[in-house]
Formats: sequence, structure tokens, C-alpha cells
Amino acid sequence: MFLIPDSVGRFFHRMASPPHFYTFTGRLLPWLTAIFIILTAVGLYGGLFLAPADYQQGDSYRIIYIHVPSAWMSLFIYVVMAVAGAIGLVWRIKLAEIVMISSATVGAGFTFIALLTGSLWGKPMWGTWWVWDARLTSELILLFLYLGVIALYGAIDDKRTASRAVAILAIVGVVNIPIIHYSVEWWNTLHQGPTVSKIDKPSIHVSMLIPLLTMAVAFKFYYLVAMLQRARTELIQRERNSQWVKGLIE
Amino acid sequence: MSLSNAFIAIIRRDLVLAYRRRAEVANPLLFFVLVITLFPLGLGAQTKLLQAMAPGIIWIAALLAAMLSLDSLFRSDFDDGSLEQFILSPHPLSVLILAKIVAHWLVTGLPLLLISPLLAIFLGMPEQSVPVLLWTLLLGTPVLSLIGSIGVALTVGLRRGGMILALLVLPLYIPVLIFAGNAVEMAGSGLPVGAQLNILAAILFAALVLAPLPAAAALKMSMNG
Repeated sequence: MFLIPDSVGRFFHRMASPPHFYTFTGRLLPWLTAIFIILTAVGLYGGLFLAPADYQQGDSYRIIYIHVPSAWMSLFIYVVMAVAGAIGLVWRIKLAEIVMISSATVGAGFTFIALLTGSLWGKPMWGTWWVWDARLTSELILLFLYLGVIALYGAIDDKRTASRAVAILAIVGVVNIPIIHYSVEWWNTLHQGPTVSKIDKPSIHVSMLIPLLTMAVAFKFYYLVAMLQRARTELIQRERNSQWVKGLIE
Repeated sequence: MSLSNAFIAIIRRDLVLAYRRRAEVANPLLFFVLVITLFPLGLGAQTKLLQAMAPGIIWIAALLAAMLSLDSLFRSDFDDGSLEQFILSPHPLSVLILAKIVAHWLVTGLPLLLISPLLAIFLGMPEQSVPVLLWTLLLGTPVLSLIGSIGVALTVGLRRGGMILALLVLPLYIPVLIFAGNAVEMAGSGLPVGAQLNILAAILFAALVLAPLPAAAALKMSMNG
């Protein structure tokens, strides 16, 4: 523990204990939820009412306040999942495994939202629901990677074994994501003619950027709320035979 | 027994086992040929269309054949307990797995390579792309076995691992498909393909070094569970 301050080390050590995690997150969740709601309200108001309409895309660009943060989250959560998985594999910390698998479903959700909002935006802008654009394709493959993780976890009955399997898969996935991303980008530049030329991105104006970043932070909090809720449920399900869970029920 | 002896012994053993079960070995090959035969039947026998799609068709069929043959990589060793002996042996499991993957590729990947010129002719592929097709298969199919070994190590303990295996492995196969398919296509139009082949070779060497490690970890996990 020579690199990490002692108090931080002690915090993580205590967080690795299931009962402490449960009570601590129980107290934390209302605050996180409140911050999420406030930030979302501020971000959406700023994005939908205060920010000016785009001079080319009109109002339909406003979907980026959902779309872009979701796309960011989809990548961010995959990395969190792999890191939590690696921690679980190396130190056999049960809570790291639970954080990993609780992240998977939320991450898959964000990936799906990013794809869905992207295609809703694409219909009026590009005139089609779907193009085999590099970023769309990578995002779709990312969704498959998430679904693979979820399916593998569901298929193995013993949840500790399942967590280790999923952790290995997530780490392999993280190594592969850049390779997949660049190969798809490369494939795209060679195959796709200029049928759909994307609108050149002008550097985004501050009045549009601030709501966007607010939404990005809000989504981070949503992720924490959703992931912790799932983690708590998963935790008491796994620990259902232990004393402290029985104590909770009584 | 030294590590290299163990490596060779496993390859030899797996090849002998495969030779004793020749019918099983032929199955992925038949599947490969059958899938490719289905395309002209489904798409109509238009020479131009088939010619344009030939690289993609052959590579997708190779991908599916490789994926279906993966189950045999660890199945019999898992059932009869040899895998436990591998884990108990003093040699690193990842190297022993690499030996199994090499043997598996010789039995399932190499035949695809050998029969593919025939299929290329079936689909009317231009002559100058056939050597490139062989190169891509030579560099690409071992990667399929290597990456597949991770997926199959994760699912070998499951009763119905087949569909999950596809879900785990196919997304990871995408880069190979892209570069290989593209190389063959470019060769058809007389363009240089050095870059694609180099990238495929790079992927192969990276997979050779990296893939056995998670496969070994996954296999240990599957045996304990």
C-alpha cells in the first residue's frame, strides 16, 4: 500500500466487505439519485430550450444530448467492467465481480440507446435508418460483446465461476475493441462510396457544449445509481444464506 | 519430459486421434463446401454477382466452419479427464493448449485451405485472386482457431454452449474477416494487397502469443466450476 494513501486503502478494504457495502450504498443512493435528477433537468433544459438550433440541422440535432453521452457511456462502462473483472480475478474480491456483472446490463442498455437514438436521428438527416458507417458498426459490435457477456453469465450456474468466466471474456474484449474499431473504420473507408456524406462537424458552440457535458456527467450518475441498485440485489441474492442478510429481513 | 517434447507429443497424439476418427474430421470440410454451394442456389447463378461476392462468401463459410469445429478442440479431453492431467502437469498450460490448437488447425483449418481453390473456381473468382485467397486463409484460419480456443475454453463445461460460443467468438472474428475479405477483393481488381496481408500476419502473431493465456485461465476456471 505504499502508493495509495492509507485512508483510501482502508476505504476500499472496508468497501470489499458485503454488509458494509450494502449499508454504505444504501445511504449513498438517494444522494446519487438526487444529483442525477438535478443534472438531467439542468442538462435537458439547457439542451432543449437554451441552446440555439443548429443552422443546418435545425432542432433535430438536439438528440445528441441523449445520443452522445450514451455512446460515451457504452465505451466507458465496458472498460469499467473489464477493470472490475480483472480486480475480481486477481484479488478474488466478490464485490468487484458483482460490480462487473451489474455494469454489463447497464452498459448494454446505453449501447442500445446510442444505436436507437442514432438511427432516429439518421432517418431525417441521412434519409435512412441505418448506414454501415464505421462508428455505427463498431457500436453494434459492442452491443454484441455486451450480449455475449450477459449470455455467458446467465449460462453458468455457479455465479462465482460465471464471474471469472465473464471477467476473462471482458478482458479479451477490451483488448479486441481497438482492433475491431480500427478494422471497421478501415473497412468503411475502402468500401463505402460517398453515398452518405456526413455533415462536417463544426466545432461545437459553448452554449451547446455545456448542456452536453452536463448530460454526460448526469449519465455517469445514472450509471452509478443503476449499477449500484443491481449490485445490491445481486449481493443479497448471492449472500442469501449469510447472517447479515437474514438480519436485514428481520 | 521437456516442454518441447510435451508440445510435440500432444500434437502427435491429437493428430493420431483425428486420424482414427476421419469421418468427424471431414464434417467441417463438408460443411464448408455445402455452405458455399448454397449461395449460388440462394442468390441465383449470375456469374457477375457470384464473382463479386466470392471473397466474402468463402470467408464467411470458413468462419462458420471454423466456429462449428471448435467444439472438438477440448470436448473429448474434457470428457475423459485428459484436461485435468494437462492442468496437473508441470508444464505451463498455455503452451500445452497452443499444441492442441496447432493440431486442431492442422486437422480443421488446413483442409479448408486446400479445398478453397476449387471453390474459388466454382464461384468464378479471377485467377490472380486465388493465391491471395490462399494467403489470407493461411494467415487467417489459425487466428480463428486461436481466438476460438478462448471461447471454447469458457464454454466447454456448459451443456448447451453452442449458441453462446457463436455469440462470444463471432464478434472477435470480425477484424480477420474484414482484412481477409478485402485483400481478396483488392487482388481481384489488380490492386496491391501487401498491407492487408501484413496486418493479418500481425494479428496472427499477436494471437499466437496472447490467446493461449486467457484460454488457459478459462480452462482452469471451467475445470474447477
